Amino acid sequence: MIHWLKRFYFLGIGLFLALPLIVVAGVSVNAKQTLAFPPQGFSLGWYGEIFTNPEWRAALVASVVLATTSAALAVLIALPLSWFLWRRIAPWANIFQVLGIAPFTLPPVITALGLLTFWATTGFYGQPWTAVIGHAIFFVTLPLVTLSLGFSAIDRSFVEAAATMGANDRTIFRTIVLPLILPYLVSGYAFAFVLSLNEYIVAYMTVGFTLETLPIKIFNALRYGYTPTMASVTVLFVFIAALIFSLVARFGDLPKLLGAMASDEP
Amino acid sequence: MKREPPQSIADYGPLFFPAGMLLLFFVVPFGTMIAVSFFQRQEGGFYTPAFVFSNYERFLSAFFGGVLGFSLMLAVTVAICCVVLALPFTYLLTKLTRRLQVFWLVALLSVLSLSEVIIGFAWSTLLSRTAGISNLLVRTGLLDQPVALFPSFGAVLTGMVYQALPYTILVLYPAIIRLDPTLMEAARTLGSSPIRAFFNVLVPALRNTIMATLIMVFIFALGSYLLPQILGRPQHWTLSVLITDQAIYQSNMPFAAAMAVFLVLVTLGLVALTLLVGRKGEKA
Amino acid sequence: MSGLVLNNVSKQFGTFTAVENVQLSVPHGTFVCMLGPSGCGKTTLLRMIAGLDDPTSGSILLDGQDITKVPTHKRNLGMVFQSLALFPHLTVGENIAYPLRIRGAAREDQKKRVDELLALIHLTGFGDRPVSKLSGGQRQRVAIARALALSPKLFLLDEPLSALDAKLREAMQVELRQLQQKLGITTIVVTHDQREAMTMADTVVVMNGGHIRQAASPIEIYRRPADTFVADFIGSTNLIETRANSSGVATVFGNPVPGFALPDGVQTATISVRPEDVHLTAPGNGAIDGTVTFVRDLGGTIETFVETGGKQIIAVSTPRERPDVVAGQAVGIVLSPEVCVVLKQ
Repeated sequence: MIHWLKRFYFLGIGLFLALPLIVVAGVSVNAKQTLAFPPQGFSLGWYGEIFTNPEWRAALVASVVLATTSAALAVLIALPLSWFLWRRIAPWANIFQVLGIAPFTLPPVITALGLLTFWATTGFYGQPWTAVIGHAIFFVTLPLVTLSLGFSAIDRSFVEAAATMGANDRTIFRTIVLPLILPYLVSGYAFAFVLSLNEYIVAYMTVGFTLETLPIKIFNALRYGYTPTMASVTVLFVFIAALIFSLVARFGDLPKLLGAMASDEP
Repeated sequence: MKREPPQSIADYGPLFFPAGMLLLFFVVPFGTMIAVSFFQRQEGGFYTPAFVFSNYERFLSAFFGGVLGFSLMLAVTVAICCVVLALPFTYLLTKLTRRLQVFWLVALLSVLSLSEVIIGFAWSTLLSRTAGISNLLVRTGLLDQPVALFPSFGAVLTGMVYQALPYTILVLYPAIIRLDPTLMEAARTLGSSPIRAFFNVLVPALRNTIMATLIMVFIFALGSYLLPQILGRPQHWTLSVLITDQAIYQSNMPFAAAMAVFLVLVTLGLVALTLLVGRKGEKA
Repeated sequence: MSGLVLNNVSKQFGTFTAVENVQLSVPHGTFVCMLGPSGCGKTTLLRMIAGLDDPTSGSILLDGQDITKVPTHKRNLGMVFQSLALFPHLTVGENIAYPLRIRGAAREDQKKRVDELLALIHLTGFGDRPVSKLSGGQRQRVAIARALALSPKLFLLDEPLSALDAKLREAMQVELRQLQQKLGITTIVVTHDQREAMTMADTVVVMNGGHIRQAASPIEIYRRPADTFVADFIGSTNLIETRANSSGVATVFGNPVPGFALPDGVQTATISVRPEDVHLTAPGNGAIDGTVTFVRDLGGTIETFVETGGKQIIAVSTPRERPDVVAGQAVGIVLSPEVCVVLKQ
């Protein structure tokens, strides 16, 4: 009885999570420009539309460029910071760790509004590059958390052993620290990338009128004209997220990244 | 290589860029926002430096009080629904094989990373008259004709629970997986049924975790602002929606900033509460 | 002088003094074991020699050169850590080649040296394996080979064998000692296992409370312990109070021990008598009278517990040389003067 109850529960939650996506996937293959479900006819044309329609393609490119660069910037901020905190005894520097985690913990509208007033005051409001900085600051939390976790997992005797064998600080970083931290670096980048791809409010409030990212484009389409392309983009996004997180799980230790104990611990 | 306090300016080198970025693009904007919240609004969307409390006073009206009350109530409801659904699920999840756990974690992360826009669109489709579940009900003969199930409070709540549920599970996951498995086994050997053991042993053991999770999910839900717009009516709009509305469409930055500062204070108060609960948990 | 010299070295962590005024000289090619209970300061001392911790005061000299301020990576030493610290992202061969690689040695030279070292530790052909696929003893040997890759001036090992099971540990002790003699390298091992120290060392340094209590050859440490701590820590012993009588002869429980006198001007002292030096005879005839309270027959040896003067004395003997006694029996204890070691107060 208990066994069936368990299965039923997993099925229920799974269905709840999957149902909207199933319907959207159904809508995305409609033959005509209608949001009907079950779909009327079958066509993959709306997937082609993402790449052939200049507006959707521009939004896709804008989103991918934004996600690629802002995640890279977030990692560039997080790596030296988390390395410094691990390498040195400087308790006061933990304030920067807190500052790095704050934007993600507060409601997003706060960071968005802060950046909006800042760019408006400094006269850069609407410049597309401001979105890169905005997302990097907003998502720096993710590489910061994965890297801190990664550093705490490095046995300090590795570093000491390398020093006794003649490695200086720089060599140790290049030959020991970097290879050991790499999986955490990649995971941090992946998390920041996927979330930046999906982010709406910071991008909307800082560059909403000059740069149309995919989430902004979908929202505008929701208001001004439904099209099944919205559905195909959604399916594409779910696919990308699932693919990237599967890769993280394949090459890293996902349960450990999410805070569970290391799988090889007794 | 010794781990020691920095000795020279060069030792601080790695800190310069991250600290500079965070100060310039988080602390300064945050300060700017606080400053603007005291500024005087001019007609036509501009504002001039001043030190007035009028933006905060305006906030004390019945209308905004109502919005605040609704926002808090909505976030509390979402938090409770999520924790109630997530707690047994996360417990069962930690009992699965590693492969299955990873599968679920990937699925949860994928849903969690979805844009609010996409979640809003997906649920609006699912609840719509043309493509929604009501069509299925018509086919099975339970309904005469398809109906739109949104905009409505139920739709907003469902959408927000959908958005926050993966977050809740991922917050609970580390705490539950670290729980001593012998706790449940001991209860079982003493004759408790699995379900009774869950409520009599596991839930009390996780009391502090559950409190902390409720608060974290509450803050998470407080940040939601697109779902109330897409799935709800104007009376379902939250403080986040009003802040955006004032900033972008009403061009009243000082008022938007004042509301944002207030939202920060509420959130920080709750974070402090979370930490307090956490600290008590350590002592217990 | 060639070799390692520690001059008045002290280390303080906050208000806690881990090592205090340590004076030690280790001639070139010597094998030294630092022995003591946990928290005695032996690991801190080793880490200071390696440059991983800075002394609060004092200086460290290697071959006459002051290296106190020289950073670890310029000290030319090899060290084996308690955790072994084998790099998990490198293979066995890459681990051993690491010190050569970071110095930019040619690939062929690296390979040649790795093969040499693998042969030295009897792991020829293991170069391409990941470290995680090795057994405990194999990892141990790889860590040793890696530390020796550059033929360092100084070879330091911090509890290197503590993770191995008892049998393997004993075999590795012999192997390590033979390797050190073959290479003639100055070696310092930190251990809390006295058997390990006795097996390997030329010089055993016994530490307690941040001080060196005695530094001497293993047999001298055992035969002539300097103080009660050393006597008690190394092997088991009987600590007995003695008192000089009016004619200058030392007495034990009131019985004079013929031919045994305390140093000039000393009235009372504690002496150490190893259990195997305690001889049991029939009571009377000037022997110290006592009563057997317990007999522990371990097969190879027999321990007899004798109570005398309110104290318990343990005698150890082989079955052959021991008189047949049972618990409750009255016996006599005979101590010869040469086995009574007067300990520092």
